[in-house]
Amino acid sequence: MDACLAKAVNHDMIAEYKSINVGAIILAPGFTPFDPTAHKTYPYASHPNVVTSLEFERILSASGPFEGHLVRPSDHKEPDKIAWLQCVGSRDINCSDHSYCSSVCCMYTNKQTVIAKEHSTKPLDAAVFFMDMRTHGKEFEKYYMRTKDEKGVRFIRSKVHTIDPVEDENLRLRYVTEAGEIKEEIFDMVVLAIGLAPNKESVDLAKTVGIDLNKHLHAATRTLEPVTSSRPGIFVCGAFQEPKDIPQSVMEASAAASTATSPLATARGTLMRTKALPPEIDVSDQEPRIGVFVCNCGINIGGVADVPAVREYARTLPHVVHVEDNLFTCSQDTQDKMKEVIKENNINRVIVASCSPRTHEPLFQETIRDAGLNKYLFEMANIRDQNTWVHMNNPDRATAKAKDLVRMAVAKAAYIEPLHQVRLDVIQKVLVVGGGVAGMEAALGVADQGLPVFLVERGNQLGGVAHKLLATWQGEPVKPYLDQLIDKVRNHPQIHVYMQTEPVETTGIMGNFTTTLMTSGETLTETVIEHGATIIATGGKEYTPSEYLYGQHQNVMTHFDLDAALAADDPRLATADSVAFIQCVGSRTPERPYCSRLCCTHTVKSALSLKKRNPEMDIYVLYRDMRTYGFREELYKEARENGVIFMRYNLEDNLPDVSAADDGTLSVKIRDHVLQMPVELNPDLLVLATAVLPNENKDLFELFKVPINADGFLVEAHAKLRPVDFGSEGIFMAGLAHYPKPLDESIAQARASVSRAMTILSQDAIMVGGVVAEVDPDKCAVCVTCVRTCPYHIPYIGEEGHAVIEAAECHGCGCCVAECPGKAIQLKHFTDQQLVAKTAALFEKTKEEAA
Amino acid sequence: MNETFEPQILAYCCKYCAYAAADLAGSMRLSYPSNVKVIQVPCSGRVDIIHLLTAFERGADGVYVAG
Repeated sequence: MDACLAKAVNHDMIAEYKSINVGAIILAPGFTPFDPTAHKTYPYASHPNVVTSLEFERILSASGPFEGHLVRPSDHKEPDKIAWLQCVGSRDINCSDHSYCSSVCCMYTNKQTVIAKEHSTKPLDAAVFFMDMRTHGKEFEKYYMRTKDEKGVRFIRSKVHTIDPVEDENLRLRYVTEAGEIKEEIFDMVVLAIGLAPNKESVDLAKTVGIDLNKHLHAATRTLEPVTSSRPGIFVCGAFQEPKDIPQSVMEASAAASTATSPLATARGTLMRTKALPPEIDVSDQEPRIGVFVCNCGINIGGVADVPAVREYARTLPHVVHVEDNLFTCSQDTQDKMKEVIKENNINRVIVASCSPRTHEPLFQETIRDAGLNKYLFEMANIRDQNTWVHMNNPDRATAKAKDLVRMAVAKAAYIEPLHQVRLDVIQKVLVVGGGVAGMEAALGVADQGLPVFLVERGNQLGGVAHKLLATWQGEPVKPYLDQLIDKVRNHPQIHVYMQTEPVETTGIMGNFTTTLMTSGETLTETVIEHGATIIATGGKEYTPSEYLYGQHQNVMTHFDLDAALAADDPRLATADSVAFIQCVGSRTPERPYCSRLCCTHTVKSALSLKKRNPEMDIYVLYRDMRTYGFREELYKEARENGVIFMRYNLEDNLPDVSAADDGTLSVKIRDHVLQMPVELNPDLLVLATAVLPNENKDLFELFKVPINADGFLVEAHAKLRPVDFGSEGIFMAGLAHYPKPLDESIAQARASVSRAMTILSQDAIMVGGVVAEVDPDKCAVCVTCVRTCPYHIPYIGEEGHAVIEAAECHGCGCCVAECPGKAIQLKHFTDQQLVAKTAALFEKTKEEAA
Repeated sequence: MNETFEPQILAYCCKYCAYAAADLAGSMRLSYPSNVKVIQVPCSGRVDIIHLLTAFERGADGVYVAG
């Protein structure tokens, strides 16, 4: 209690029982990091220098036990050599009972090795011991390549069988190399890359609410209903459903929200409470009365800079009528007190000197609005992120800089004005581009929320590449699902389907878009639609290989070809005695340096289907790393148990050599990694697991101004936290256009896009404007510089003969303001007067400094 | 100019990128000289000649526009 400076700990609190009525429940209880204490061969419990990956994460952290300084626990020595051991508590039924892959450990280990090397003051030897490198996420493969090739991290394909403590508190690892050689190596430290285990409380919770768990003690779900539990009305997401990384968890969370709320659409908003705000105080004829609140942020600021000195300095600045310092300015009690202080002292400009406006400005703006001030009568001085955190070793300098930053904020605050946003009605309709599974799921999701949808497909059939899929990895047939989905979309009264149609023009902002659709047919038909949000689900396709005799030999096929053959009961399957698969055809190459994510699972699923038809069939899988992540690992295990033979190849010196004899016999030559001998296979069928490519949509993406990465996939606003949003507001993405993904993940992302769109469309109106450009008609010379400069094409020359910038449409960047030769445009809240005052204030010497 | 000369640097940073990067430098506890001060702008395109000249006129030794 005493340790907590904010006195937030209350030992008198007791459990309260409350009863609430709800229409749906979403369960997201997460996971427990695997505990390697019981691991017999890895001395985690007995040796301080064997740590878990989570503990190592803390060692690397600035707020961790060694303040980000890379030292080992036993003697605080800087390590020269660190080993990472993969799959601890994953893919292991010997030392744990987790047969599944935890999906995230390979990538976090890559990241940890890179950060460890950055934190180390000397060249660090980082070695990763692994079975298969599973960097199947977006941009992960490139990161792995950089870790290996540029950072020089050693990747050793071996399962370490023994760790022995040796002298100097070091650890000796014994392992067998790929060539069968037994090796020993001594490390200063060992990091165990622990997996994601189910937690006991979640198991109890599942029992309490009555939902089924799978054999891994995670929530049982079906591929085609990825967030739906076994009990109607109860939904699941995150690692409780299956081990997964952050973007996938975020997508599923949004998917669970839209799936859970669609049957409750009629009740939407019924429990909403609208916050009552006091009328805004008119400050227009008042002299500036500035209040300055200096935050200690616990010890983050106060532990470095002299906060009382900064506070007292602020008191000497012009227009300042109140100063105080707070332990945490953002805490609820300080916020309440701040409202009182504003009223008592008639403060009409508020300055908080604390962290960053990026994180805390909205909070403080809300507080001053509650006190009756316009929210723009606020200014922040960033004295933490850009001061005490970067000058922590120089308290005097940090104090001086904090004073400078406060003086600059006060100088600007004297000129800031109240601004008023305008209300813009939201058009509660959605445009979905792309009629594949993702597009249809998104359209249906929005329609089930009760809103009209325009679904646009450029081809002449709905369903996209899913028509070519036979079954999901869990064995559910795709066709009945797809037929039913198309049927629902076609017959939903809220969905307007436009076939053979493409958007050709689009304008507007979030909540208010106008798009022109062009439908081809005997004649071209133009339709203009209005919508509040857009979902891009333009899909992907299978790479058509030029490698391995594809297109030259009739028995060389792709996954889609094999699925078609299986569906049609192709006679070649009945007569085939052996089948070989080659993985990563077109993926993970210099030309396409990404993993296509779904091909390994597709291969083991197809191999098992073939084995089921003919258990005597010889099946070979030529692979680089098997990436059957999550519970898909079960299929890989089952394939091995059924006698499927896995042989590893690599790009460097062991590429499969495929040729055909005159009689058509196929020959595949490769060096087997187990036998360490060259082998020749003569498969009757050769199946190529080819890459997933995004559909080409250059014009469309340019039209909607959405970015793509080097591989042609759409780029999200934030790789981890906003995996469905674009940087620009009101537009979202789903499906293969974002990254290769299996059906369950496409469905989840589509439903997530529904949730994201509904955050806008569930409102009748949004407030826009505020920080926008304003034209002074008297000064405008109609030179059209602003029209040409604006990156968003907002300014135009109005009928009155001067430039017009609609407040509702302006993005507030201020480019036109800087370019206008007549200084006829000002950007509100960033006027020349305000910026010049702030700039000049930096160089104003205070009396004490000048003396 | 003498040995104790210490330049005063003013940085105009775009709130979406460079300002965020400056915050990130803090989160990562990186270190840089304290004679750099940042002014946030909504876009580096907002920075006008008048701001740069004001800075130099009042005593800046360097102005940095980042976005």
